[in-house]
Amino acid sequence: MSDHEYTPSSKFGKWFNDRLPLLTLANHLTDYPTPKNLNYWWTFGGILTFCLITQIVTGLVLAMHYIAHADMAFSSVEHIMRDVNYGWLLRYVHANGASMFFLAVYIHIFRSLFYGSYKSPREIIWILGIIIYLLMMAAAFMGYVLPWGQMSFWGATVITNLFSAIPLVGESITTWLWGGYSVDNPTLTRFFTLHYLIPFLILGLVVLHIWALHVPGNNNPVGIDIKKPSKDTVPFHPYIVIKDAFALLMFCIVFALFVFYQPNILGHADNYIEADPLVTPAHIVPEWYLLPFYAILRSVPDKLMGVVAMLSAILILAALPWLDTSKVRSAVFRPLFRQFYWILVADVLILGYVGAMPAEGLYLLIARVATAYYFAHFLIILPVLGWKEKTTPLPLSITEPVLGGSPNLAAARSDEKIEKTIK
Amino acid sequence: MSKLKNISFVLIFSIIVLNSSNSAEKSTPFLETKWTFKGLFGKFDRASLQRGYQVYTEVCASCHSMKYLTYRNLAEKGGPEFSEAEAKAIAASFEVTDGPDSTGEMFVRPAKLSDKFVMPYANEQEAKAANGGAYPPDMSVLVKARKGGADYIYSLLLGYSEPPEGVELDDGVYYNKYMYGNKIKMPAPLSDDLIEYTDGTKATAEQMSKDVTNFLMWSAEPHLEQRHKTGFRVIAYLIILTVLVYFTMKKIWSRVEPKV
Repeated sequence: MSDHEYTPSSKFGKWFNDRLPLLTLANHLTDYPTPKNLNYWWTFGGILTFCLITQIVTGLVLAMHYIAHADMAFSSVEHIMRDVNYGWLLRYVHANGASMFFLAVYIHIFRSLFYGSYKSPREIIWILGIIIYLLMMAAAFMGYVLPWGQMSFWGATVITNLFSAIPLVGESITTWLWGGYSVDNPTLTRFFTLHYLIPFLILGLVVLHIWALHVPGNNNPVGIDIKKPSKDTVPFHPYIVIKDAFALLMFCIVFALFVFYQPNILGHADNYIEADPLVTPAHIVPEWYLLPFYAILRSVPDKLMGVVAMLSAILILAALPWLDTSKVRSAVFRPLFRQFYWILVADVLILGYVGAMPAEGLYLLIARVATAYYFAHFLIILPVLGWKEKTTPLPLSITEPVLGGSPNLAAARSDEKIEKTIK
Repeated sequence: MSKLKNISFVLIFSIIVLNSSNSAEKSTPFLETKWTFKGLFGKFDRASLQRGYQVYTEVCASCHSMKYLTYRNLAEKGGPEFSEAEAKAIAASFEVTDGPDSTGEMFVRPAKLSDKFVMPYANEQEAKAANGGAYPPDMSVLVKARKGGADYIYSLLLGYSEPPEGVELDDGVYYNKYMYGNKIKMPAPLSDDLIEYTDGTKATAEQMSKDVTNFLMWSAEPHLEQRHKTGFRVIAYLIILTVLVYFTMKKIWSRVEPKV
């Protein structure tokens, strides 16, 4: 937070601000001191906000034309694609927007993991982020059910059936979720309602996420605490705003390439076949962004334990601030952690890959090893690493050199070195 | 080094994305043909769409419905672009049941531009009963509903052959090397000179397959041309804006340090 009191210059502004300090908030947001060494991995927060708003706006218009009924959902989507003005654009933006949203959130999460942004004093920001991520998965899953294609229907059947693994009450919970004895019209209508609700919950949590961020301020690639405001910081506007805008535009170009030239490549062909409870598709696979968790689910032979493993894989992230025992935040100064970080990235990608493959033979074996490694990373490697690892010396500030060096010239050099390691 | 890692990260990611949508079953590679609708400025071949409609209506339509299409679509921009009079004449050649009229009776009238394509069967059950238990799928979005899209449909239409040694086929089941499982209940629908094109093009099986696949691609993606056109403008605009914002950013950040 900026320390100085803000006083609006106009009389009306002052009168208004005394009653509702919106101008103070606006001033805080523009002046907000931000570390000046933030790299492009830090632009994904803004990109994610853009994604959320895009999904809400396109979703709102789509909901005006969509019919949440098992007999009409599929044809109402075709109606949007054919007869609604720019309906094809709205739907393709919304459908690919979900993928772009997840692409951005994964980069955002892995940025946090690399630079230790989840560590004290930012644990609450991190946990809020995990809740947002969970809600995103719920929203995406339910949204995928709405077109009522084959993959919608069977995906919904597989996922809701997971709840039946819960001992004693599992079956009743599943029936309660379905609103009947199988995935049917009541399931579709409630999924539609919840799909409409969740983005607004996410929006509320995003406000908390940003609020919590503005208390300690941004972490940065060096990962050290900095004085705010100081020569290590720049005001959010215009410096970070313009940089975020540039990154967002680059992101939009990729987004547009998908929407206009490969709008269906991230989807599954089977979802253009209307849902048929009597015909099961050859392979039931979730969207790409859920594949790693799907792989974890299937790698455990027992259904209940599979569900537990899948949920733990996400919830374990919430405990991360306490599992990572190292006091040093940024991986830049943690040579060993850096190695394990990239192994984890590879591990998650491998999980995603085998998640798309049939769960048999070599694929199943790979999935099991990768699942075991995923948990080992958080439960064994990270705690032990914190105690054993010899970290490299931290600089005193972003602009100043590593402990005890001479100022100026050395400062410039170390700055360069840091930037190189980051990029 | 780290840059290399970042690049490989992106690479692995894109490979996985592409794989997950393309892999699963490894089967015979599809027949190659040139589609005019592919690429940055891809457009439909108007004459081919019109011929494709002829193939559909004279061959496919006896079993396959296209329930999401309307006769007016035939005259719309970006499609076969029949003239309105032609589309009206096409519509009028079909009969639809309408009503009830003022006396409460249903009546039969010629179809109008606003009517949906008339379906060959009253319902799925009738369609199955008439086709040995197999339901001829609705063709409106068929191209998007099959892995491989247009290439797959085109190959399938030309992929009929005698079954290889050792493959037993039941009555009413045919061998097709591109079909999932190689067994298909639809007999080879196209053969040379099956129909006579109104524009005089020679109706070879390849020509008809290509034309009808073009037509099906359009029916699945009726706004494809507009999408490509808008897409090019959007991306060109974004690139220009990105460049301008980039230089603005450089300028603003030069107050803090020479490089961002």
